[in-house]
Amino acid sequence: METRRQAKVRPFHQAKWNEELIFQLHQRGERGIVVAPVERGIEAEVGDGLSALPPAMLRRTPPALPEVGQMRVLKHFLRLSQENLGADLTIDIGQGTCTMKYNPKIDDVLAADPKLAELHPLQDPSTLQGALEVMHKLDLYLRAISGMDRFSLQPASGSAAILNMVSIIQAYHLDRGEGTRDQIITTIFSHPSDAAAAAVKGYEVITLFQGEDGLPSVEDLRKAVGPRTAGLLITNPEDTGIFNPAIDEFVRVVHEAGGLCGYDQANANGILGITRAREAGFDMCFFNLHKTFGTPHGCGGPAGGALGVTEALSGFLPVPLVEYDGRNYSLNAALPKSIGKTRAFFGTVQVALKAYAWIRALGAEGLREVSEVAVLNNNYMLEKIQQIRGASAPYAKGRRRIEQVRYSWEQLHRETGVSTEDIALRMADYGMHLWSSHHPFIVPQPFTIEPTESYSRDELDEYLAVLARISEEAYTEPETVKTAPHRSVCRRIDPHDFDDPARWAITWRLWLRKARAPRG
Amino acid sequence: MPDQERRGHPYIPNSVPQVKAEMLAAIGAGSIEELYADIPERLRFREPLDIPEGIVSEALLRRHVEGLLARNTSCAEVTSFLGAGCCHHYVPAICDEISRRSEFLTAYAGEPYEDFGRFQALWEYQGLMAELLDMDICNVPTYDWFQAASTSLRMAGRYTGRSRALVAGNIGPDRLRAIRNYCEPVMQIETLGADPKTGRMDLADLQARLDGAVAAVYFENPGYLGFLETAGARIAELAHGAGALLVVGADPGSLGVLTPPSQYGADLVCGDIQALGNHMSMGGGMAGFIATRDEEKLVMEFPSRLFGIAGTEVPGEYGFGDVAYERTSFAHREQGKEFIGTAAALHGITAAVYLALMGPAGMRDLGVHLTQKAQYLARRLDAVPGVRAPGLEGAFFKEFVVDFNGTGRTVAAINQALLAQGIFGGRDLSQEFPRLGQSALYCVTEMVAKEEIDRFVTVLTTILGGK
Repeated sequence: METRRQAKVRPFHQAKWNEELIFQLHQRGERGIVVAPVERGIEAEVGDGLSALPPAMLRRTPPALPEVGQMRVLKHFLRLSQENLGADLTIDIGQGTCTMKYNPKIDDVLAADPKLAELHPLQDPSTLQGALEVMHKLDLYLRAISGMDRFSLQPASGSAAILNMVSIIQAYHLDRGEGTRDQIITTIFSHPSDAAAAAVKGYEVITLFQGEDGLPSVEDLRKAVGPRTAGLLITNPEDTGIFNPAIDEFVRVVHEAGGLCGYDQANANGILGITRAREAGFDMCFFNLHKTFGTPHGCGGPAGGALGVTEALSGFLPVPLVEYDGRNYSLNAALPKSIGKTRAFFGTVQVALKAYAWIRALGAEGLREVSEVAVLNNNYMLEKIQQIRGASAPYAKGRRRIEQVRYSWEQLHRETGVSTEDIALRMADYGMHLWSSHHPFIVPQPFTIEPTESYSRDELDEYLAVLARISEEAYTEPETVKTAPHRSVCRRIDPHDFDDPARWAITWRLWLRKARAPRG
Repeated sequence: MPDQERRGHPYIPNSVPQVKAEMLAAIGAGSIEELYADIPERLRFREPLDIPEGIVSEALLRRHVEGLLARNTSCAEVTSFLGAGCCHHYVPAICDEISRRSEFLTAYAGEPYEDFGRFQALWEYQGLMAELLDMDICNVPTYDWFQAASTSLRMAGRYTGRSRALVAGNIGPDRLRAIRNYCEPVMQIETLGADPKTGRMDLADLQARLDGAVAAVYFENPGYLGFLETAGARIAELAHGAGALLVVGADPGSLGVLTPPSQYGADLVCGDIQALGNHMSMGGGMAGFIATRDEEKLVMEFPSRLFGIAGTEVPGEYGFGDVAYERTSFAHREQGKEFIGTAAALHGITAAVYLALMGPAGMRDLGVHLTQKAQYLARRLDAVPGVRAPGLEGAFFKEFVVDFNGTGRTVAAINQALLAQGIFGGRDLSQEFPRLGQSALYCVTEMVAKEEIDRFVTVLTTILGGK
């Protein structure tokens, strides 16, 4: 083909089925599936089963679950799926920080193999050698990428990995008789969980704010550290996509104060093979397998937060660890200083398998290519978005960014009254998604774009064209934007029902009670 | 090959050299390296990553990974009696069909407009669980039962303004370790004594330790060791009398036949939904739930997402959104309730499909099947010389302790011999519960056929007879 498709705004309308609630599909007597009956002979031997249980333990009224035939259940959830946009359908670059990249289908196929899906975690390790090898090799690859000495795949998400890091910080200081250290330092552009998980473990949280360059300053950090400092949890690049070149200095200052340093590399998509936690001096880091390593987000999990530590801290990792003696893989739970268990069994093994397959498909050079193209795509977007009327990229003027940028619609909002939220809702009319950003909104009217390596230039151009179209609409017909969405599944939702205890309806039964809706 | 050099990696469209060059030109950069100018040389990693060369061909990648997986033996290939929190139940085809849909699998955090389906499916999950549990509120799934129990206790701590939790002493040791790690040092976790014959809670010990500092009493029903705790109402009475909340861990797969804990006084109920249509995946299929009543003070203590239904501008139309979002760490960082992030939402959608398929009849049939089959297994085992089943007195659901002390064999040795015959014996309890000596936790599901049980008993008898 000689001619490239010109980036255009796609005429779009999302599926809108006006689908009932599952409870409204109830027809007494219908069945979706039949449980296998017990075999002949069992009842003769033990009776009806329930008679052997204490009468008080027997449920008197059956649960009011709907009774729905199989095809209708299928149709119901398929319709709901059509009323959803995943990365497989949209150009999913508007959820910056979350790395909405391509999740190869082959990895899902492999994870669904009964040789993985039907494994029980407590099987004899001799029957789990393939899965344990995958976990061990993934550990080795992540060591190479980070420079850390040992990984645990037990944390089920990034936030869980942060909690594990905080737990290790606490165990480490207690082990040294320094349990009085009760402060953890983080930055405002680090993930909310860096602050929140520290508070869960009883720490006082000290948050550093950015300077005019968009970065926290070493001077502020020096003022914050002291004998109460337990540790530092910091993202880099932060949500702004600006790399903190003094990151090793941050680590040094905290180490000198006696604290440990945890690198939040939930999103490491711009730095694979480029820069590592080890060279910056960190004691720990973690990677979100569902971000950088290509495993699907699943509407919010299952996910994986691989946690790496230096040799000095490996004894604190959650148990068990996968060991390899050159012949066999085994599980080692004999770590006396371990923080114990933080998730059932070994973590999300199917996610680990997908990450393993993703890494193997790319190899060392491919991983670096992922990051380089992700950074190229990001700087391409940076260049183009700054040309859109009303949009800007605060901080670090004229500098390149790593994998994402936090932008602002402040000027557009000032000039038109249209907010980021309005634009986000209008994006739905074009089959796109745009996320505001994590709170608090330090950047006014924020939005965060992270193009990853997965989308073609054509797709990036299409997304840009939509942003430009909505900017134009904001200046010429702002009401269209302020009343969006118009071509999505529903119109603007009344938010009052969510914050009023008299009206909130978290379940069908509460909705019946509060809205007096008739049962279908 | 020059031709190869003009092509990109299948996952990286803009790795095509010509496209890259044009994009660099568009941003006025001479090279990719320029884009990393902010990273000081001392922090640059200049070596090649110690990772094997990429397997770019999907066919070869598949061959490689399937080669690794071939070294596993799955429960689908053998007879398995493993449970202990993760169970091999039947997964209906439609559960897989929905959980593998691109629209759900690759979505994340869209608005309730373009991601309407995710909100409705998870709202329906909450509502279906609420019916099963006979409670008003259920959260969007958290990681697993460990986390659900831990958060339930922290919620009780904040609700009561107290910091001690009394936990049944024979809950799963791993679960107890996770609860301790999550709750301490902010809360103190104390374990309660149990009746050695039945496994049930020692009510005298509970009474002695309940005071005005106790935030919560926690037990599981069925217990980790399979027994039914029949004193739930009495425990609730004692806990409430001291101003504490009752938190109960429950197996949702049992609630088609067993009394839901809310009906004997539980304020918070937690557990795992793996059994509801989610593959075990070596433990990766776990996902936790927390349920409670519609009391504002309790609802406001959830760290989890809670989706609500609401009207829209269009009369008769409905939409969804986050209830009381201001509770969360997304809204207020360390001032929010615990923390929230990605957890196990897709397992919740799958569980919704499962419950919609099963309905009340399916859940009852499942419960009846499991009780009958477990009782059959226990009866057959008890007839084997030296074996006592159940090892604890009293009723059980789908799991029970098998006492091998009379056989003169260790569970480890027995399980090795069983393994050689294609049978995964029950969880060895000799490390977790030394008091029980050589005992194992046996679990049956509807996936184990009567013929398999009969064969197992024959094999076991032979193993034990060949002393």
